[in-house]
Amino acid sequence: MISTLTKGERELAIVILGILACVGLAMAAAGRADPLGAHGWLIIALCVPMIFFVIAGYYTPQPAEERLSQYYDDPSKAGIIAAMVWVVFGLFVGDWVAWQLVYPDLTFDAAWSSFGRIRPVHTTSVIFGFGGNALIATSLHVLQRTSRARLPDQLSPWFVLVGYNLFCLIAVTGYLMGVTQSKEYAEPEWYADIWLVIVWVVYFLIYLRTLARRKEPHIYVANWYYMAFILVVAVLHIVNNIAVPVSFGHAKSYSLFSGVQDAMTQWWYGHNAVAFFLTSGFLGMMYYYLPMRAGRPIFSYRMSIISFWGITFMYMWVGSHHLHYTALPQWVQTLGMTFSLMLLVPSWASAGNALLTLNGAWHKVRDDATLRFMMVAAVFYGLTTFEGSFMAIRPVNALSHYTDWTIGHVHAGALGWVALITFGSIYAVVPWLWKREAMYSGRLVELHFWLALSGTIIYVFAMWNSGIIQGLMWRTYNESGTLAYSFLDSLVAMHPYYIARATGGLLFFLGAVVGFYNIWMTIRTAPAAQVSDVRTDIPVPASAGTPALQPGE
Amino acid sequence: MGVDHDTIVGLSKSFGLFYLIALSAAVMIYAYWPSNKKHFDNAAKTILRDEDKPWR
Repeated sequence: MISTLTKGERELAIVILGILACVGLAMAAAGRADPLGAHGWLIIALCVPMIFFVIAGYYTPQPAEERLSQYYDDPSKAGIIAAMVWVVFGLFVGDWVAWQLVYPDLTFDAAWSSFGRIRPVHTTSVIFGFGGNALIATSLHVLQRTSRARLPDQLSPWFVLVGYNLFCLIAVTGYLMGVTQSKEYAEPEWYADIWLVIVWVVYFLIYLRTLARRKEPHIYVANWYYMAFILVVAVLHIVNNIAVPVSFGHAKSYSLFSGVQDAMTQWWYGHNAVAFFLTSGFLGMMYYYLPMRAGRPIFSYRMSIISFWGITFMYMWVGSHHLHYTALPQWVQTLGMTFSLMLLVPSWASAGNALLTLNGAWHKVRDDATLRFMMVAAVFYGLTTFEGSFMAIRPVNALSHYTDWTIGHVHAGALGWVALITFGSIYAVVPWLWKREAMYSGRLVELHFWLALSGTIIYVFAMWNSGIIQGLMWRTYNESGTLAYSFLDSLVAMHPYYIARATGGLLFFLGAVVGFYNIWMTIRTAPAAQVSDVRTDIPVPASAGTPALQPGE
Repeated sequence: MGVDHDTIVGLSKSFGLFYLIALSAAVMIYAYWPSNKKHFDNAAKTILRDEDKPWR
């Protein structure tokens, strides 16, 4: 790894890590017994070994000039492995949380394992750990191919990747210690937020610098989606996290906003996190890996442009649909509802574009589980965006809000769309990056597909049932005009659905474990025949059930 | 006298409508401008080229 860095980059890496270690030391000194101090020690514990790692490789020969005639894929490889580690961890925690709702004793009487702390561990691990790493890894891969230009340098992608994972680690360990801003998907405290801004700006600069050096005149649409993801997430993150810490030695901070402004800012952030983190970036993935895997161009390039601008204009306004029937002014609620409904047009344009691209190649979808991952993801994208628009209608929201229907909706999107398109893209890109003919086992890809799909369906159906039952029970009145059911009654009614949900989650988790094993074995297994010419290293989609040759076969 | 609530509401209820319509129209015209078609079809196809090296 260090051998791919130039001498100047190795020195710069040591300087950056040294500065970070000093910041860690300052945090440890100022924070003392505060969680901030613990995070200071964590930073030191990570940076010091990395300094030694760089020093150990300092005198290895410098990379040759020929590197410039190849793409720089090492950060993408590391990002994909990191994404898989995070997803296995995040899904495990998620399923644990789900079983806690069935058997509350599963907290084991510890503070760190209570529902309120490990739920954000789950959401951060899967959204930011898994999703974010997969986005960084694939975006750098797509960016280089579609621009036909190598990344501008070797150090900055590593800075982004390592820095981003440090952010995720600080976030997750913080929750376990009780550190939280209590803002959904924006739980990390001020020091982690500042660090993420630095990392994110470097990420965006990599994008701009590579595009500035592009040899392909047209900027392919996937890059637009990826850039919208990076740029808008930066804006959202900065605005929603404007806060004043109690002191520089204290993890706790207070938001600039309060009351209904705070709620509106948070859900402007929250829904755009869904829009630009969980949608725009993954659409970038879809618009590249789906045509590549299917071996045919996107059905309508024009439609992809229209849906890009549609999503970018309209998503910005929909956050207020999270605050129906609150102190938020009525017209702001109506605005959010209206834009949510209009959003169906660009969303379905993208979903339809993906499915129409496959029209005429259905035999490939049948034979190739990787392509099927992407196709089912597009179907779930269409379903979830329809459901989202529907739930944003105020009277529908009166039934669905605060119930498990919302959880079902989020997971239809997160499991059915985000995770499936990511697994499909990862299965497409792993043989490509590691120069293998195909994945280690096509059957295991197939197994993962069915585990993931059945897990998602069980999960989503359980939550639809549970959510609607909850919603109806909470609004049922008896003859005397009082509520017919207590909250506890609705809790008892949900119990079977919670078991079903946790079972669906378990299947999805097992699928990810299978995927992790398959990817690991693909990397470990030596390529059947050394590919001498990099021109021919775009993998041909292998049909399921024809695994790559094993050693000794 | 700064920017108050009523100013923002007035602005978004009047100007807001028109600039969003204008943006939508601009995107539609750009995407469907006949001479752009060749360009877009080309863009969709170029990613499928069978090579995996940067151009220098």
